[in-house]
Amino acid sequence: MSFLITAIIMFIFWMLLSGHFTFILVLSGIASSLLVAYLSHDLLIGEGDIKLNIARIYRFIKYLPWLLWQIALANLDLVYRTLHPKMPIDPVVIGFKNEYKTDMGVVTLANSITLTPGTVTIEANNNEFIVHAIAKGPAESLLAGEMQERVKRIEGDD
Amino acid sequence: MDIRTIIAGILLALGCFFIVVAAIGVVRFPDFYSRMHPAGKSDTLGQSLVLSGIMIYEGFSLVSIKLLIIIVFIFIANPTATHAVAKAAYVAGVKPWQKEDKVIK
Amino acid sequence: MFDIAATVIVLAAILVLYRAIKGPRIYDRVLSVNVIGTKTVVLLALIGYIYERPHFLDIALVYALINFIATIAFLKYRETGRLD
Repeated sequence: MSFLITAIIMFIFWMLLSGHFTFILVLSGIASSLLVAYLSHDLLIGEGDIKLNIARIYRFIKYLPWLLWQIALANLDLVYRTLHPKMPIDPVVIGFKNEYKTDMGVVTLANSITLTPGTVTIEANNNEFIVHAIAKGPAESLLAGEMQERVKRIEGDD
Repeated sequence: MDIRTIIAGILLALGCFFIVVAAIGVVRFPDFYSRMHPAGKSDTLGQSLVLSGIMIYEGFSLVSIKLLIIIVFIFIANPTATHAVAKAAYVAGVKPWQKEDKVIK
Repeated sequence: MFDIAATVIVLAAILVLYRAIKGPRIYDRVLSVNVIGTKTVVLLALIGYIYERPHFLDIALVYALINFIATIAFLKYRETGRLD
């Protein structure tokens, strides 16, 4: 199953990148995508994550506008801190418990923390997140837990 | 000059601004962990803005789909790479920099 | 337009190169090299438009992948001492 999905994804990628639809190119595309899928199908799609359901993807897309807004805020904040002559930074390292069941939830939260204002993920394992915050304010607003709630909502109950 | 070129130019200028700010941040911040902030955020946004500027200049074609693939890949890969460097430094025991008055206390 | 943007990005890369040379730790250097690499991806895309050769975009795409893999591989080697 994972072999087939990997082969199809690789073939779509091949077609997007080549842009030519002659017989020999399509044939070599099929051959190489089958070879790549045979060699590495267990890497792209792991054992448990095959049931990626539609509802979760829909909720993830609904999460994206908020994330883009936070990215814009983060960059304005960072521009202020970088170009200010006195550099108003006061780094702290904080940690909180990991309450997510799926790998996707952990990865989404870790990358979102890195992209949102004033915080960078240092460590994300099965037990806890360790986050470096550039000042007190961002650390407190992360610990208030709005983003965690949103990511948990993407994950859903299933 | 049509409107698409103007939008593309604005996006390019914004992206260049963020890239330069990221470079200044990487040079200026006092320790490794705070340097991760410009490297992980401003750089990601700057590149995406420049590439979307090119994408709007190009219009819809196979080339702009390639650009979109690069943008999505950078958005996933750049925070991940930053996180990997940070974790390696944390495991190796690099201490975060603190403000001086806190160290005296 | 594209040539001005390319010049600005090269100047930014030179700024980051200062941090890559100065260090002080190996992790600063890895981070700077990663930042320079991602700037190179943008630069390749821009060069493709300056010389009107869209094929440079393929190189940019491959370079983005190589840059990410190189960072991860280097860190893994640094952490465990081997790459298998």
